[in-house]
Amino acid sequence: MSEFLSYLYAFLVGGAFCAVAQLLLDKTRMTPARILVLYVVAGVFLYAIGVYGPLLDFAGEGASLPLTGFGAVVGKGVQEAIDEEGALGILTGPLTAAAGGITAALVFGYLAALLFKGKPKRL
Amino acid sequence: MGRILLPREDVRILSTAAVGGYEEKRGPLGAIFDYTAEDDRFGQKSFELAEAEMARMALSFALGKGDITLPDLLFSGDLQNQCVASSNGPASVGAPFIGLFGACSTMAEGLGMATLALSGCGAVTAAVVTSSHNAAAERQFRTPLEYGAQRTPTAQWTATAAGAAVLAKGVGRGVRISAFLPGRVVDAEITDAANMGAAMAPSAADTLLAYFGESGERAEDFDLILTGDLGQEGSVILGMLLAEKLPDITLRHKDCGCLLYDIEKEDVHAGGSGCGCIASVLSGHIIPAMERGEYRRILAIGTGALMNPASLQQGGSIAGVAHLIRLEMDI
Amino acid sequence: MNKKEYKKLTERRAGRSPVFSNTLAAYLVGGSICLFGEALRRLYLLLGAVEEDSFLLVTVSVIFLSVLATGLGVFDTVARVAGAGTLVPVSGFANAVSSPALDLVAEGPVLGVGAGIFKVAGPVLLFSVLAGSLYGLLYFLFGVAF
Repeated sequence: MSEFLSYLYAFLVGGAFCAVAQLLLDKTRMTPARILVLYVVAGVFLYAIGVYGPLLDFAGEGASLPLTGFGAVVGKGVQEAIDEEGALGILTGPLTAAAGGITAALVFGYLAALLFKGKPKRL
Repeated sequence: MGRILLPREDVRILSTAAVGGYEEKRGPLGAIFDYTAEDDRFGQKSFELAEAEMARMALSFALGKGDITLPDLLFSGDLQNQCVASSNGPASVGAPFIGLFGACSTMAEGLGMATLALSGCGAVTAAVVTSSHNAAAERQFRTPLEYGAQRTPTAQWTATAAGAAVLAKGVGRGVRISAFLPGRVVDAEITDAANMGAAMAPSAADTLLAYFGESGERAEDFDLILTGDLGQEGSVILGMLLAEKLPDITLRHKDCGCLLYDIEKEDVHAGGSGCGCIASVLSGHIIPAMERGEYRRILAIGTGALMNPASLQQGGSIAGVAHLIRLEMDI
Repeated sequence: MNKKEYKKLTERRAGRSPVFSNTLAAYLVGGSICLFGEALRRLYLLLGAVEEDSFLLVTVSVIFLSVLATGLGVFDTVARVAGAGTLVPVSGFANAVSSPALDLVAEGPVLGVGAGIFKVAGPVLLFSVLAGSLYGLLYFLFGVAF
């Protein structure tokens, strides 16, 4: 597809994932933590049933950046690990797939704690 | 026995002081503070210690103004786990320490208890100081400071403020604490930690109904009926709860949470909260105004929401308590 | 009024969030973050990255920028308006890991930062692993996805 369309779809799909979560936040009594857990589990599920793969092709980062994308990455990692290692892949798959993001968050997060000071909240 | 407790001695407020932070200085009552810290840190390495220092300063200023070095008794409380802001800060003055927990109602609770204590034993002077700190409270009860959460319209802003009052017996001048009605814990089964107003309004209603029912007075007998931190939401709900039996309460009612910040201009949502809210407004603004003759009789009702992070997570409800003190300035 | 009526009254009053503007803000900010991510991905591809790696590179980049924003004290200011727009993309995860880390420095690296760094993000981690291994079990047993 053309470059412009891929940007458009990234925006539209990514925005949609966020908008739905916002509606859940404002209209239901679901807390942010529960919504994120829902999204990540939904991502695994949607990958498992073969929906998220095509969505990633279609919307690129619009599907990859939302937390559902994180779930899909975990799903994909598990599947590939099982294809390669058999049953052990059930245990090695999830964290290995998520390793990049988790390591980055921990390393950068810790560095931030060393470099920055928490500031009081302001109105 | 009725619920209104009348002290047997003449207990007066000798002096008061209020200390605050960045937002408090910028609010409508910025001028009432004896000192404010631009960075909310008060020269300390953690916000928890900052709160202790802020409370210590408030006490120190109040003692100085009253020309007292050491009060006979010190009543103090705050929102931190096990009230360490009080034990780390004001307690360093060396007076006998009576720790209190009433959440945001602590100032009223303290003023009431100090009055009863002075009335009932040989002690002549007592100091009352309470505090709250936005950063310390957010960290303990809600989320990390830099966490990107969105606040709901009913959410309130914990004040970074401390208020102190020095009480004395037999001085014959100053604002008199003429009655104390300790509140009952009322649990309306509210579980939304972002709606403190709704959690506390029923206990405020219970206390006010008890007071007016027993005293036979009416709302117009007071210049002001001040609640601690019901906020905008809680104030409206209080009006609804009292509509039948005390309809004219709204004519005299003001809330410290709505006075400390400008609801229209600032992003406080429903208003201020925290022990320091009523403590600073009462100590820095209302009591001095009474001394100047602007108010003669007021009721001050400290409202507290009783919960902790674990109880919230377990889906527990937030009970409320509201302590009432009656302040009078003889002219 | 009784407790039930009171609860209903307060909930009805409390549900007055500006839903439309919140949702619009979430859509626009979230969409923009993803748009930015997509542009970044194409840049990485141009610079020679393989398709496979390009997604991870973007994820790590967004995590980096989100942690930086958190450290500078800017993230929560944007999140206040954007709501789910910053929460749903991986920026939310990065903020959820770095914000407690910043807070707990006073409590020391091991017992403070170390023990608390997953305080907020823990559920996401746990449940993605649980969901992943459950899927893995089913995939292994039945050979096909569900």
